[in-house]
Amino acid sequence: MNINDFKSNDEVTWCPGCGDFGILTALKRSLVALGKEPKDILLVSGIGQAAKLPHYIKCNCFNGLHGRALPPAVGAKIANRSLTVIVTTGDGDCYGEGGNHFIHNIRRNADITVIVHNNQIYGLTKGQASPTTDAGFITKVQTEGVMLESLHPLELAISLGCGFVARGYSSDIEHLSWLILEGINHKGFSLIDVLQPCVSFNKKNTYEWYSKRVYKVNEDKNYNTADKLSAYKKAAEWGEKIPIGIIYKEEKPSYEEKTGLNSLEALVEENIENIDIKPLLQGFI
Amino acid sequence: MLKELTIKITGEAGQGMQTVGLNLCRLFKKCGFHIFASQDYMSRIRGGNNFFQLRIANIPVYALKKHSDIIVVLDKPSIGIHKETLNAGGVMLIDKKKFNITEENSFLDIPMYDIAKNLGNEIFINSVAYGSIASLADVEAGLVAQVIREAFSGKSEDIVTKNAAAASAGYEFVKNEIKKENFYIRAESKKETMLINGNEAIALGAVRAGCKFYSGYPMTPSTSIMNEMSGYSKQFNIVVEQAEDEIAAINMAIGASFAGARSMTATSGGGFCLMVEGVSLSAMTETPIVVVDAQRPAPATGFPTRTEQSDLLFVLRAGHGEFAKACFSPGTPEEAFHLTVHAFNLAEKYQIPVFILTDQHLADSYRDIEMFNQDAARVERSIISKESSKEIAGYKRYELTDNGISRRAIPSWINDVIYADSDEHNEEGHITEDASVRIKMVGKRLHKKMEGLIKEVIKPNAFNVEKAQTILVGFGSTYGVIREVCEAYPDKFGFIHLPQVYPLPVESITALLKGKTKVFTVENNSTAQLAKLIRLESGININNSILKFDGRPFDFDYLIEELNKEQVK
Repeated sequence: MNINDFKSNDEVTWCPGCGDFGILTALKRSLVALGKEPKDILLVSGIGQAAKLPHYIKCNCFNGLHGRALPPAVGAKIANRSLTVIVTTGDGDCYGEGGNHFIHNIRRNADITVIVHNNQIYGLTKGQASPTTDAGFITKVQTEGVMLESLHPLELAISLGCGFVARGYSSDIEHLSWLILEGINHKGFSLIDVLQPCVSFNKKNTYEWYSKRVYKVNEDKNYNTADKLSAYKKAAEWGEKIPIGIIYKEEKPSYEEKTGLNSLEALVEENIENIDIKPLLQGFI
Repeated sequence: MLKELTIKITGEAGQGMQTVGLNLCRLFKKCGFHIFASQDYMSRIRGGNNFFQLRIANIPVYALKKHSDIIVVLDKPSIGIHKETLNAGGVMLIDKKKFNITEENSFLDIPMYDIAKNLGNEIFINSVAYGSIASLADVEAGLVAQVIREAFSGKSEDIVTKNAAAASAGYEFVKNEIKKENFYIRAESKKETMLINGNEAIALGAVRAGCKFYSGYPMTPSTSIMNEMSGYSKQFNIVVEQAEDEIAAINMAIGASFAGARSMTATSGGGFCLMVEGVSLSAMTETPIVVVDAQRPAPATGFPTRTEQSDLLFVLRAGHGEFAKACFSPGTPEEAFHLTVHAFNLAEKYQIPVFILTDQHLADSYRDIEMFNQDAARVERSIISKESSKEIAGYKRYELTDNGISRRAIPSWINDVIYADSDEHNEEGHITEDASVRIKMVGKRLHKKMEGLIKEVIKPNAFNVEKAQTILVGFGSTYGVIREVCEAYPDKFGFIHLPQVYPLPVESITALLKGKTKVFTVENNSTAQLAKLIRLESGININNSILKFDGRPFDFDYLIEELNKEQVK
């Protein structure tokens, strides 16, 4: 596989300079490294700028409804566990509209990888606050500044028992593509929250703002991704310094393992032409 | 000798009326009787008043009667609640000592509680009641014991033995102390039949149809479909997933269907409200999905455990925008089974959402029916087979075709990739805002598919329409009561029953109703939604309706009374 195998001819409609471009490039590189054919990969998205990404890459794509990227992704994975299923979603799509699915699919732990383009703003609807917008941030709707506490996705994910919790930065493509590949290779629900500047509507959390703050957790050789308490503290770091990398990692049985799906052939491969239900009818006599 | 017998078992939630009722159904079915049975239960786990009613007869029965010949009361309040529904000549079975009753001759005193307590637990009053009724109807003792042993076969030997002893004690008490012969009834024929309710039939249909993925959120009265599917999951490799909410349920099912697995979800009206955006998604992405709405009285939480047919127009309008769909409304377990298989085939063929509209009455009512003929319920696949997938190149998910149906490929089977989108899209599945593409896609998704769906619409069930002066028109669970009324008065009534309400079989309805001046819809709602639908789709005005919206199903006597009132008008 090389990068051209994943080239889509669809016109990209993101703003010039959008952080999404970095994520797109990083994802393509991780897919090249993964080595699977485009036909065996499914990208699922909801609605938002992040949700357009599957069109810009040559893989199977299911672009569903706002907030609803995770349920069809898990449904598809259950139906055909041989597919590599990756969700490209945003902070509004995943943490706002789709918050309930985020919570419960971490619990479900199907083997999917979730890349959240977290630009801390609503881009497609032109600049309203998202769940991760910093408190006090002024928008056309939140005219006196955001009054709600901002949502901390990494802490939330760790507290829910997510087995792979990571944060990337869209400008560090090499690091991000490594993270994505690690996420894909992790068996179970993998969360990769990606800091992604929105050049049109977020004038606070800019390239410059992030570049000054981000640092890699694995620069500290003693950082232990298996230590839940220190991971929780690391995830809570936000301000002068913002950690990126694998924050928490734990091997645990995936949905496919727990349900026994792993030991069956993919459900879609089953012949359903003439399922014999006569033995069941006996139970009603 | 009696031709039929109606029996009611009533008490508070948790006393096991359903267990007694179902055991009696099994017993009488074994004797060779036809059965119709229904449960009336409150939205609570303990207390209140619940009842199980069964009607046994020498001819097939499809509905309830208003009055019972035998009523077993397991608690005191039941006496007052159900006294009015006792037939002239009927009896109430009660433990007089337990409830300090000294008067009232219409009671048959049976020391149910003493017998049960002697066996160590009051819960055995169930089996005492069962044995007493069996004895009143003069069922052979051996069968009585056999059924109870079968019913408790999964339990410990102690439980089986004690229940058998309780049944036998009830049986012997009635035989020796009561000696009443006026409820003796004899079956005329023996045939191997099934005892099944609507939800069980839908689940069997789904298994037969090759449903591989079921996601749902529990909601009465749909929940037993999920329970049944779970029971079959290991044997048939079906994944049953309890979703976090109904939005997730339908979206998961759509994802699984996109990946190639036949998928279904079931809910009731309130849950269906949450699914509505998913219905629209199924239509736009052209991903097949089967959705069951087991209706209950609404708005909002309504009567959680009762019946209504008030979601008809809601379901047919569900989902923003305009798109092709189909909606079935089975009237019997047989129709529920066959239409479920058909729903899967049709959803896959047209790549659309297909609804199965039922209600609590059909969901929870039992009938004895002939064994399902699975050869008459065949899977018809409409995807590019795995073998043919290898030859596919230049695949377009939404290719424009004469009939509006694009070939459906399964991801990973073809060498190409597949794009599906909820935005308006071009033939490749990429987002577009092109006006001319939009027009073509609407034509494909809506008009062309509807043309096909109309051609294969299921014709109405019609009975005695030519001869009768008055025609009753219904859909869904009212089939049974309408049929019985028409069969009882064939010189007066005929009926048209619709197992499919969308697309509406306009041609058939128009032909059947031609020249008919006395037409009534019979509906479990307050606004005559079926009459409105028929007017909208066909221009035919049905100005009379018998409506019931108290949360309870029609019974035979009620429908007759209401029709008589209308005739007098």
